[in-house]
Amino acid sequence: MAVAVAVPPPQSAAIVPRRGEFLRSMPMKAKIGGGILAIFVLIAIIGPAIAPYDPSATNPNALAAVGPTAQHLLGTTSTGQDVLSQLLVGLRSSVLLGVLTATIATLLSVATGVTAGFLGGVADEGLSLVMNVFVVLPALPLLIVLLGYLPNSGDLPTAIVLSALGWSWGARVIRAQTLTLRSRDFIAAARETGERTWRIVVFEILPNEVSLIAANFVGTFLYAILTSVALAFIGVANFSTWNLGTILFWAQSANAFSIGAWWWYVPPGVAAALLGTSLVLLNFGLDELGNPRLRDSSGRKRRHQRAWRPTDPTPVERREPIA
Amino acid sequence: MQFVIRRLGFYVVAAWVALTINFLIPHVLPGTPVEAMLAQHPQLTASAVKALDLQFGLGHQGSLLHQYGVYLDHLFHGNLGVSTAAYPATVVSVLGNTLPWTIALVGSATIISFLLGTLLGILAGWRRGGRFDQLLPAFTFLQATPYFFLALIAIQLFANDWRLFPGYGGASLGVNVGLNGPFISSAVSHGILPAATIIVTSMAGWMLQMRNVMITTIGEDYVLAAEAKGLSTRRVMFTYAARNAILPNIAGFALAIGFVVAGALVMEIVFSYPGVGYQLYNAVTQDDFPVMQGIFLAISATVLLACLLADIVYVIADPRTRRRAAF
Repeated sequence: MAVAVAVPPPQSAAIVPRRGEFLRSMPMKAKIGGGILAIFVLIAIIGPAIAPYDPSATNPNALAAVGPTAQHLLGTTSTGQDVLSQLLVGLRSSVLLGVLTATIATLLSVATGVTAGFLGGVADEGLSLVMNVFVVLPALPLLIVLLGYLPNSGDLPTAIVLSALGWSWGARVIRAQTLTLRSRDFIAAARETGERTWRIVVFEILPNEVSLIAANFVGTFLYAILTSVALAFIGVANFSTWNLGTILFWAQSANAFSIGAWWWYVPPGVAAALLGTSLVLLNFGLDELGNPRLRDSSGRKRRHQRAWRPTDPTPVERREPIA
Repeated sequence: MQFVIRRLGFYVVAAWVALTINFLIPHVLPGTPVEAMLAQHPQLTASAVKALDLQFGLGHQGSLLHQYGVYLDHLFHGNLGVSTAAYPATVVSVLGNTLPWTIALVGSATIISFLLGTLLGILAGWRRGGRFDQLLPAFTFLQATPYFFLALIAIQLFANDWRLFPGYGGASLGVNVGLNGPFISSAVSHGILPAATIIVTSMAGWMLQMRNVMITTIGEDYVLAAEAKGLSTRRVMFTYAARNAILPNIAGFALAIGFVVAGALVMEIVFSYPGVGYQLYNAVTQDDFPVMQGIFLAISATVLLACLLADIVYVIADPRTRRRAAF
């Protein structure tokens, strides 16, 4: 028996390439998206340390919002607060909320999706019902009502509420993938050799769902950022802290838009849009990893290489032909 | 038939969950509507508080189960309670004044966005890397931008600077609401800017999904066969490839409708549009809990109805899956 276990299953060896190759095989979109995201994560880590001013410090002599100057690179608010500092400090809270929400929601969707897909039967019926109900529950109004009852809640309660309402779509996708994986030969082989269920799930099923789980994480991250910014704008947020949403909320409530104080509202809006776009690009890239037919958008490559046909064997990895 | 019963069963369960969540939120979380009113009016006497408790029926009297029964009973008789902010207006009358606005505007914007996005997705997927495919990054950027940020800029440019469209409210103040010419033209001109911003920001999702499925579909043998038969490009594109590629888009409607509702809430707040979203916003700022819950129920019901519709369309569109659900 020990001999049989020692042989690594061939599928997982083929699907997980070596480290260097994996990075090179990443689609361009994913690289750009990942690069922008890395910059935002870096700012989230060091932002509060490099912020030139206290973001909440007001200037009693300020008469109106002032545009960019040498002292205030992104200008000031109408009370003399430094916009750049607000942005540098506020990004941490926004990114942290996104990461927290995406982590909790992804754990939830993997746990329920894999359980439902792998066990099947009554467990699948029940869990699928729960997922479908959560998919159709309108999240934003429920969030407004819920967070309306929990005023001034911090990042963690908000993240928990956001992920409780945002896990179901990912769970459905992971369940569907688990269902198709479950009937593959290598899972049957693992069962025959007497592997324990948790081992099959952790070492045979999950490695084959990595790109799906990553895409789910990125999608939930985006949902959390957009929803939290929208909630802050509506006024359902903790306004004692700085994040992209609260900066925009204060800008809007001080009529920054109608007085033309673009330096006040454009930077946080564009920061949120860039962060969101980087996540979408990353997700495009992950999509292409999972569905090779979506790759090669440049026409030049297609002319030299044959386009993929449905009858081809499932392409796991694209290698350039050896000249 | 068994399939239809199963799907209907699902909708009953989903509706029940929405009802129950709606009941549990005020009962499990700290604070009651009456306490919220007390915070606003600290001078109220104890007897006034008791009267309010009875009036709103949401004080903690009887067991939780008993209150749940009362709640369901009221619900089935169309009694959603009384607004605390617009006392003595009932929640039902508040909904009746706001829901038609939202359904008319958001409904038409969603349909236009779906049709336009799907069409662009077909064209982009058919000729990938072509002119239409190049639009995708721009729309993606728009979709990843916070909606209200775009909407506020649109108001600033189109309504304040260039004065092309009104950027505030649902219709001019002077006109009488009803089926008359001045009202309809005023309502339409007020609806253009909100509808356009919804369409521009929500189109990317439809377009991207349609494009990706289209790319996968045109690799299928039956599309090649149709081309080999010498059918016109248009016929191959629409009746062979797009006919099959559109199915996931229909199935995705259920998910998308949630996002549309969310976007619409923010839209109404930004444009001060007299629909349920703006009403919900007002209810939140005034701690009007009965209205908040009534709106949540109304939105849940609308989303469930839209999903049911998507389910029916899916079954009609895809004869293979008469036994499978759309989502």
